[in-house]
Amino acid sequence: MPPVRIKERGRAKKDTLPRLIKMLFKKYPLRLFVAGLCITFNVFANLCSSIFASLIAGILTKGVIENNGAFNPFDINTFYTAEVMGNSFSITSNIPLLLIFMGSIYFVGVFASWWWNRSMAIITQNFMNDFRIALFNHMEDLPIKYFDTHAHGDIMSIYTNDIDTIRSFVSQSIPEMLRTTLSVLFTLVMMLINSIWMTLIVLLGCVAMILNTKIIGGRSSKFFIKQQKQVGVVEGNIEESIKGLKVIKVFTHEEKSCEDFDKLNDLLGQYSTEANVAANITMPINGNIGNFVYVLTAIVGLLIFAIPGFKNFTIVAGFVDMHLNVEAFNSTIVGFLMLNRMFSNNINQFSQQVNFIVMGMAGAGRCFDLMDEVPEKDEGYVYLCNIKRHEDGTFEETEEHTRDYAWKYRHNDGKLEYRELKGDIVLDQVDFGYVPNKIVLQDVSIYARPGQKIALVGSTGAGKTTITNLINRFYDIADGKIRYDGININKIKKADLRKSLGIVLQDTNLFTGTVMENIRYGRLDASDEEVYAAAKTANAYDFITRLPEGFNTMLTDNGANLSQGQRQLLSIARAAIADAPVMILDEATSSIDTRTEKLVQDGMDKLMEGRTVFVIAHRLSTIQNSQAIMVLEHGRIIERGSHDDLIKLHGTYYQLYTGAFELE
Amino acid sequence: MLNKIKLILKSVRQYKIYAIITPIFMMLEVLLESAIPFTMSVFLDTSIKINSINDFTTFFDHPRLPFPVSLLTLVIAMVVMAMLSLTCGILGGRFAGKASVGLATNLRSDLYKKIQSFSFANIDKFQPSSLVTRLTTDIGNVQQSFQMCIRIVIRAPLMMIFSSVMAFMSGGLVAFLFIILIPILGLGLFFIIRKAMKIFLRVFKRYDALNESVQENINGIRVVKSFVREDFEKQKFGTASNNLKNDFVKAEKIMALNNPLMNTTIHLSNILVVSIASYLIGKYSTYDGTTIFNDHLSIGQMSSLLTYGIQILTSIMMISMILVMLTMSLESVRRIGEVLEEEPTIKDPTNPVYHVEDGSIDFNNVSFSYSENAEKETLSNIDIHIKSGQFIGILGSTGSGKTSLVNLISRLYDVSKGTLLVGGQNVKNYDLKVLRDNVAVVLQKNVLFSGTIADNLRWGDINATEEEMRKACDIAQASEFVDQLKDGFNTWIEQGGSNVSGGQKQRLCIARAILKKPKILILDDSTSAVDTKTDRLIRKGLKEDIPETTKIVIAQRISSIEDADQIIILDNGRIDAIGTHEELIKSNAIYQEVYNTQNRIGGNA
Repeated sequence: MPPVRIKERGRAKKDTLPRLIKMLFKKYPLRLFVAGLCITFNVFANLCSSIFASLIAGILTKGVIENNGAFNPFDINTFYTAEVMGNSFSITSNIPLLLIFMGSIYFVGVFASWWWNRSMAIITQNFMNDFRIALFNHMEDLPIKYFDTHAHGDIMSIYTNDIDTIRSFVSQSIPEMLRTTLSVLFTLVMMLINSIWMTLIVLLGCVAMILNTKIIGGRSSKFFIKQQKQVGVVEGNIEESIKGLKVIKVFTHEEKSCEDFDKLNDLLGQYSTEANVAANITMPINGNIGNFVYVLTAIVGLLIFAIPGFKNFTIVAGFVDMHLNVEAFNSTIVGFLMLNRMFSNNINQFSQQVNFIVMGMAGAGRCFDLMDEVPEKDEGYVYLCNIKRHEDGTFEETEEHTRDYAWKYRHNDGKLEYRELKGDIVLDQVDFGYVPNKIVLQDVSIYARPGQKIALVGSTGAGKTTITNLINRFYDIADGKIRYDGININKIKKADLRKSLGIVLQDTNLFTGTVMENIRYGRLDASDEEVYAAAKTANAYDFITRLPEGFNTMLTDNGANLSQGQRQLLSIARAAIADAPVMILDEATSSIDTRTEKLVQDGMDKLMEGRTVFVIAHRLSTIQNSQAIMVLEHGRIIERGSHDDLIKLHGTYYQLYTGAFELE
Repeated sequence: MLNKIKLILKSVRQYKIYAIITPIFMMLEVLLESAIPFTMSVFLDTSIKINSINDFTTFFDHPRLPFPVSLLTLVIAMVVMAMLSLTCGILGGRFAGKASVGLATNLRSDLYKKIQSFSFANIDKFQPSSLVTRLTTDIGNVQQSFQMCIRIVIRAPLMMIFSSVMAFMSGGLVAFLFIILIPILGLGLFFIIRKAMKIFLRVFKRYDALNESVQENINGIRVVKSFVREDFEKQKFGTASNNLKNDFVKAEKIMALNNPLMNTTIHLSNILVVSIASYLIGKYSTYDGTTIFNDHLSIGQMSSLLTYGIQILTSIMMISMILVMLTMSLESVRRIGEVLEEEPTIKDPTNPVYHVEDGSIDFNNVSFSYSENAEKETLSNIDIHIKSGQFIGILGSTGSGKTSLVNLISRLYDVSKGTLLVGGQNVKNYDLKVLRDNVAVVLQKNVLFSGTIADNLRWGDINATEEEMRKACDIAQASEFVDQLKDGFNTWIEQGGSNVSGGQKQRLCIARAILKKPKILILDDSTSAVDTKTDRLIRKGLKEDIPETTKIVIAQRISSIEDADQIIILDNGRIDAIGTHEELIKSNAIYQEVYNTQNRIGGNA
């Protein structure tokens, strides 16, 4: 097997964010646009609340002054004019009109809020769903090499952790960024209308907040990465010690293993404390920078009020002298301080969001890494089809499931050519390495004539499984040729090549579902009767009928409720129903008791009848009747011949057979 | 559930002080946070009373303060408050981090220790993968919610109370309005969340199932590709994922009502406050040409009411969100608590025996079943007597009870009926460590741990010298291949021992057990991957080098046990026969059958 790469968990590539946004907008341009409008309106409605109070206050004051005391504020026919916002604007209105106006804005605002919340939820879930499906579909198309070179836990964590970062990006970060940006812009304009001097102070504070977020946030993410690494270490230890718990108990090693664990755990505690503390203090520091700015602006306001000649400066009204002008002070400075608070809060939230996005993009980046893996290529043009034989020896293509097959390909002139599938497989001087420059197989030639049983024998790492990986093109050879009925297998459609090869793998993998579904996996359109028949062929029928619900028994967790031997019988049944003309059998290494082993053996024997078979043998007893036995060592065939030939040879096979060598 | 929460909180130990003072700092922070705007309003009120900047230090009376203040003192007060608030915020954040991470670290350690104290019966009850999740994900969840509890759970209600008090102080009876709005919002949020949560909890389970199917696809990718089932799997996944999405959308649509409800309440409160205030101000104001007087409500009071209203309602929203998150982590609490509450089924006796006399073993009419209400006993009426130093072979098909039988000897499980003596003493009387140090078991599913070969061997004897290790390896026939390795005993073993072959692994495991110098050595199918010749050499070594040790060997191969002093044939949890090879080959049907099969096919089987 090629070496497994363990992923470093670090920062994301630069193009991750734009790529994600582009993908999103391409999918839901209209919905996002409408949602964006709704958010904008929602923000606007909420911000109106803050001006609303000062408008009402202005009108009320005017009302009392003009009426010299008590008046009816709800008289809709009487209008008052008030100066508001740093004397920049004046409005003429009355309380009922303002209430109606605000009420309508609020009403639309609430509707907008409902719409965008709902809409973003739908967009998020749909996007996630599409993304998940695209990810899975892409993964299914990846070559075996991808799965062999990536730790399965790492691939899994893309689905369990990394996808979630995309969810929070779409459902929270995007609306939140838009909301805070809009609020910041809005309040900034309002502040500038009130007082440019004071705005400058606020902007200074804003820079301080951003710097703080960057520094502390950077510190936090440094420890965050450290913490994540240590989490990996601790989880590795946990996994190992839980799986080996019984061994620990047997060796009374509990104390020592607790001690070891505590060391790793304490270090994790240290790192995550640092990461957590840094994350926890960003907000209070920013909040209090906001408080200092708040006090500072009030002082500037006071100076404008108290020092003659120090004029307020606004973008609308220009220089305004507010010296000892109480009314101006009340409307301008007080209003400004409220805006100031809103501005600081939004900047604070904005910078938090930026931090989330930076951290989250690492996860999104890993999703894209998977998406960017190159899928398995298939340049084959020879297809497999079922054929019906005529009595005169000719045959024709049929849709029915017959047990006869032919290879079909179309010549350049459009003429179809058929070649009967016989099961003749030839490996001709094949070289191969999982990684360049590291040869695993060298100059391997094997000739399997139709109906022959070829056995591959050799120690672990000699290259037995590799050969089968090449025949079904899980990997492509570096040099030499592999021919199937005289056709170079590179020319055969991969799916059709694999359909023609039945495989029983060393590790049995069953899927969540009933026993019936698991056997039917071999041929999806098989009838119940055919499933029973296959189970009988594989010697699995008896034990299945004894299961609590027979063929409808649910299997979970790779058939955890079955014994190893029973799982093997099921995988044989699965191969039996597929009924492929050529079989590859990789015997399981784990020891099963003599009786079950005999059942498995018989099942395999029945499966081999009349087929070309490659057997990777771990028990030499199973291969004595093979036409040819290949003994492999370090990727080369060192002995070949029948059982009797090899015994006579007194070589490696002989030693293995007599028990002088071990096979593992 | 309350018990489980208490149990988990016990783990906070040395971090208790942090957990207690964090809320205090959070309280102070909230106090200061509301005090600063209040001081600011006094500052503004006072500002307009001055005639020039020289009045900066002049003291003025303020209706809401019992003492006169100058602008300077107010500025100083605010700066001091901001600094205090900064300190509280930093310390609060710091202590909250320490407390929550501390709790998680202790909890992880406690949980780990608890699991280490489990007997085999306890271990069987929990799936290994579920134990791993409890130690990782679940503890992570608890850490998060604990931090939230001590930081925000205090903060939000406090914010609500402060703001309410301030609202009453500055707005008088008008603040009663909020008392009406609070329950409306609260109940509304409650119903929305409850309805959505019901769906969420259900959907999360199916989400896990979906992820499990991804896992199956990754692990079984060779099967998928061999049977050309990529499209089938894609379709299966697509359907499951689509269904999941529909449920998620359903729940999210309900959750999407949260925000509008919040907005509605805040807006409603604004409009109501403004209407009532307008009425009061319009009706009761007097004006003397320069100043407006109103005993019922001033314009300034109206502004504060609006501000406090928003604060009160926001804090309710916060409380509801916290409740959601806490509800979600309750499942984790339950799962962790379950492990912490589990009592080890096998414990040391009160007055343990610390010495094992010899390697004799007596099963006196022993019966055993894995659970009390099992229909069928795993072992019934076992009566075996083994003398110290004997070599015993055990043979039987899968499920006949071989492993169960030997597991009783080192008290990995307790017998259900009858008594079991080791060295003439009931196994239940021994100190567990002493018993297990004297009864070494090489388990069927054996594992090596990541570390060097020496590290692994020293599991048997922590102080073993290289010479002793070599000796043990000689007996186990492991020396030869260890010497061939470049780093010898210092060769690094990968997790799960993936870089040594099955046969090598088995030999190292045997050597590890020999290093314990046990009185009884049990090999449970431990030489299945070892060739017959080496197998023979190992047995020879055991016989010659540790003759005093009682050796029990479970095997599939007759050749592994044929020279035993006694061979025990187990069938269906009962003793079918006991005897030597010669006796059994003549009289026992099972033994004959196995012998014949193995000899017919011969070779390495």
